[in-house]
Amino acid sequence: MNSLNQYIDLFVSNRPAFDAHSPEALNRLRQPALESLLGKSLPEKGDEGYEKTSLNDMFAPDFGVNVNRVNVTADIAASFHCDVPNMSTLLGVCVNDTFHPAAGLEQRLPEGVVFTSFGKAAEMVPHILEAYYGSLATLTRPEVALNTLLAQDGVLIYIPDGVTLEKPLQLVNIFATPAPVMAVRRLLIVLGRNASATLLVCDHTQSAATDCLSSQVVEIALGAGARFDYYDIEESSPLTRRASSLFARQSKDSNLLINGMSLTCGTTRNDYSIDIDGSGCDTTLAGMAIGSGSMHADNSSTVRHLAPHCASRQLFKYVLDEQSSGAFEGSILVTPEAPFTEAFQTNRNVLAHPDARMHTRPQLEIYNDDVKCSHGATTGQLDNEALFYMRTRGIPEREAKVMLMQAFMTDVIDTVRMEGLRDRLRHLVEKRFAGADAFCGECHTTCRKKSPENE
Amino acid sequence: MKEDILLKVTDLKASVEGKEILKGVNLTVRPGEVHAIMGPNGSGKSTFSEVLAGNPAFTVNGGHVDFHGVDLLSLSPEDRAHEGLFLSFQYPVEIPGVSMVNFMRAALNAKRKYFNEPPISATDFLKLMRQKREIVELDNKLASRSVNEGFSGGEKKRNEIFQMAMLEPRLSILDETDSGLDIDALRIVAGGVNTLKTANNATIVITHYQRLLDYIKPDFVHVLYKGRIVRTGGPELALELEERGYDWIKEEVDN
Repeated sequence: MNSLNQYIDLFVSNRPAFDAHSPEALNRLRQPALESLLGKSLPEKGDEGYEKTSLNDMFAPDFGVNVNRVNVTADIAASFHCDVPNMSTLLGVCVNDTFHPAAGLEQRLPEGVVFTSFGKAAEMVPHILEAYYGSLATLTRPEVALNTLLAQDGVLIYIPDGVTLEKPLQLVNIFATPAPVMAVRRLLIVLGRNASATLLVCDHTQSAATDCLSSQVVEIALGAGARFDYYDIEESSPLTRRASSLFARQSKDSNLLINGMSLTCGTTRNDYSIDIDGSGCDTTLAGMAIGSGSMHADNSSTVRHLAPHCASRQLFKYVLDEQSSGAFEGSILVTPEAPFTEAFQTNRNVLAHPDARMHTRPQLEIYNDDVKCSHGATTGQLDNEALFYMRTRGIPEREAKVMLMQAFMTDVIDTVRMEGLRDRLRHLVEKRFAGADAFCGECHTTCRKKSPENE
Repeated sequence: MKEDILLKVTDLKASVEGKEILKGVNLTVRPGEVHAIMGPNGSGKSTFSEVLAGNPAFTVNGGHVDFHGVDLLSLSPEDRAHEGLFLSFQYPVEIPGVSMVNFMRAALNAKRKYFNEPPISATDFLKLMRQKREIVELDNKLASRSVNEGFSGGEKKRNEIFQMAMLEPRLSILDETDSGLDIDALRIVAGGVNTLKTANNATIVITHYQRLLDYIKPDFVHVLYKGRIVRTGGPELALELEERGYDWIKEEVDN
């Protein structure tokens, strides 16, 4: 079965509605997206680059799309309170795929900084939306084209030249729906020359008993000398599927940090595509997945070095328990135009249960002699000697395992450059390993409640 | 010397990967005593300590171990620790990412929980850490690092005795604590062990050489060979072994 067809049919029969609700920048790309999808299908398990994850299966249920932009009650946004100590954020909430700024958000943003829906952005900074929307995301990938075909809104973050945003931005994506739904999420981040910002994205699923699918495309364009930290924490539900594609382009001397953490999810596929397009750039791409139950987390990365004197580091770690599974396919490409590149990639995994499975495939393509590159991947079990040592000191086996798993994730957490968030993450990861439901503190939503099927 | 018995090992047999190493060990330890277990390489000395501590890599094939009235072999390694058994490892394990502070606090609080006591307060814990650190002259910097990570051989052994001081065991087994130590470190480690000695606790020193026994004076010396204790004597036995080696004992046993 080709699961694309149902969504193409949906689009074709509702095209005027899609166009009516969206800014022109989005509408303009629908026709090219549609054309690129004709005769195609979503990647299947085993396809090149999709060794262990079938997007076709993920999109197969006939998920509803909020074509007519029915407003889901914003009460959820009001009741949501993400408590990260020592950290106050500039908060926006995305309920399914509709953006709701927290009260007073706009007044709290510095002059010229934009954090709003595409709909509003089309009025405030139309030139930015026009210039950057779809400029990085490639339509050759069917899942990206499908997102582009169906997207009606999204979130724009724009930091003008020279502006340093001290407070972190936070975007909370929540699924709240009585029926199976696909959220078509789109995030566009543009930083001007020497601009600086931090964004924390949290994915939650309030309707834990409902199948949800997040189709997400993120585009990040960094101007010369810009610095951007992107933290993406997923704590959704076993019935949540997520297909996220992130595209970033770095100009000269820019600094990009991406850290994607799958703490709880159903099936998650994260694609990272980073073009280092100017000299003197620094790039960190980190990620972790903590698997339990039947969770599946798949990260795929491509870091392209297109300019000289840049450094990139990739670090992905997985701890997989019970029947969970993980996949990592990462590649570094160093072109002839990128001498003096330093590029490193590490993937380390712990299988905490005999049924857990990990697939890893690190790749390195170098077309240049003056480089310092390495990659490595290991998959093993918890260190039995360490475990015994801890037990002889009286630390119970379960607790010792939790401490070892937590310790294993330390260097991924240490890439986080916000102290308050780092502390919070340590706590979340510890709780997650201890078997408690990790959730963001004083949250009044019910996203952590288990679905009836899991009780 | 008291009449009550702290540890009574009866006909203990154990194997690893199908190979029988311990072939019937008998040993009785009373409070206040120091026992040395010596023997040639491969005689089962380390296996004996690992089996007592409960290493799951070893299989017990027979025998019984009574630890102050508790059936030791029926307990998990952690409960053996709570009941007062401590093993100082020949090769202490490095645990990157787990700080000494968290490690020690988890160990201490697990013991308190076992005895239905509330967790130790942060102030009391740090005070205790400071006191016990001084016994083995362990640098504060080491105490704030990950467990044994990047420690020198001597620092690792001092860290073992520091942990022993924190946990106040009733029976400590020191497995080749002298290996890899220079003379100064040896003196500090032995000094720590002697400081911690009371009339109520006991020590089993497993060693290859007489050297350590100059610092930690044993009441009894046992020779373990081919999985059995083949000879028991006083401190003079260690000196005799130092002088004559193990061959004469091997010959006696093998014939």
